[in-house]
Amino acid sequence: MDFKSEWKKLLLIVAAFLAFFFLPVGQPRFDSALMESLQLARWYAREHVLLCLVPAFFIAGAISVFVSQASVMKYLGARANKVLAYGVASVSGSVLAVCSCTVLPLFAGIYKMGAGLGPATAFLYSGPAINVLAIILTARILGPQLGIARAVGAVTFSVLIGLMMHLIYRKEETAKAASQIAMPEPVVARSLWKNGLYFASMVGILVFANWARSGDMRALFLCCPGGLSTYTVEGRVVQRTEQAVTIVNTSGKTQTLPAALLQGVETVQKSTANEIIYRLRWAIVLALLAGFVFMVGRWFSRGELAEWVEATWGFAKQILPLLLFGVLAAGFLLGRPGPDHEGVIPSTWVNAALGGNSLRANLFASVAGAFMYFATLTEVPIVQGLIGSGMGKGPALALLLAGPALSLPSMLVIRSVMGTRKTVVFVFLVVTMATISGMIFGTFS
Amino acid sequence: MKKLQILGTGCPKCKKLTENAEAAAQALGIEHTIEKVTDINEIMKFGVMMTPALVVDGQVKVVGKVPSPDEIKKMMA
Repeated sequence: MDFKSEWKKLLLIVAAFLAFFFLPVGQPRFDSALMESLQLARWYAREHVLLCLVPAFFIAGAISVFVSQASVMKYLGARANKVLAYGVASVSGSVLAVCSCTVLPLFAGIYKMGAGLGPATAFLYSGPAINVLAIILTARILGPQLGIARAVGAVTFSVLIGLMMHLIYRKEETAKAASQIAMPEPVVARSLWKNGLYFASMVGILVFANWARSGDMRALFLCCPGGLSTYTVEGRVVQRTEQAVTIVNTSGKTQTLPAALLQGVETVQKSTANEIIYRLRWAIVLALLAGFVFMVGRWFSRGELAEWVEATWGFAKQILPLLLFGVLAAGFLLGRPGPDHEGVIPSTWVNAALGGNSLRANLFASVAGAFMYFATLTEVPIVQGLIGSGMGKGPALALLLAGPALSLPSMLVIRSVMGTRKTVVFVFLVVTMATISGMIFGTFS
Repeated sequence: MKKLQILGTGCPKCKKLTENAEAAAQALGIEHTIEKVTDINEIMKFGVMMTPALVVDGQVKVVGKVPSPDEIKKMMA
């Protein structure tokens, strides 16, 4: 046996053996965590895959095929207007970086051949946070409030970070590489309104298919005994006794929660428009779908459609396995939201480290997020688990802002592009900004 | 002798492009070498910002997408 080439396999086998030898099967915490993980995966499969993820993949696929990336990059080239470059860099992540592995080459390109350090770092920071898939899934799972805060926070702070990087290093703007930017040829031109209508109908389908009915009331609960954070359940109170409150929430699930944790109940103002849309939602979706099919049939060529389907399939293939793994891991480690749904990590720990909206909690969330690696979109179930175990809203946003933008592996690539000192400054700025936005969001939400 | 270079940091699409390029070159039956360029600074030197990209004899042919083996055949001709 050649030990030199085989030792890795041996190590792996020994590690697996030890893991199973000491597997804590039968211990209540381990067993219930396993159940939580499966429950969470089922909840995703039932509630989110068909109506949310599938349309989102089609939108992402359409963006990657039909939006001319060359026309966006034009604004980030070497001779671009500087003010415009910051603006475009901070929002272009939504159309360019639908896959996290494209963010780094684009960043390096903007830095070395294009508009320079400032716009490049702005793009690097906002790109992963505002890609369409991330925003849709964040808004769907963690609520529209956090979804919007994530997008707005990422765009605003990316400009600030870009400007600061530019100011700190304004004396040593690198000489531009002589090479010309090679870009894919622009796709067949279609008038802007046609493209606009096409995207609008897709987004419309996504929004209306997921239209939620507002509940009769909103109940506020303390999270975890002695907890710092709160969470809300919206729906209808079925039963209220000394010990427990039973609520049917808006998606029809019955939840029983200890009355001791109840903080307050408020009646929700029902808007008639909301109710009418809710009742007609399938009719609206059908109408949009009919219009969409008509547009696709009339305006698009066979080749384009094939490319679109292929891009969509590509995203699905790439992201679904990662997401499944992320959901299972989040369920196992953190459990589902609500009391009695703990995973391996006790809620009290999470609550102590990340509860409330203190500077410490926000900073901890930012630093942890900056170094941890999140595969595309898996930050969403993980943050969901953390919120369920008592993480405050502010730290949640801080983690969402610092998490996908940076990880230890991506730092190494960034370092190879712009050097150690600039990378350290960038990481420092990201952590500071994420902490500050978390504090602000936590205070006002 | 054709020199094929695949530019990409190692994402699934880059592997697909390598396979397709290999298939195209085999089908044409011409002598060739395939090189993977994974260092981001090297990729920049080609002026490529969107990976994966295919370079044939030093010329950038495709950027940011994976062409089919048939399409690659035309580029190599």
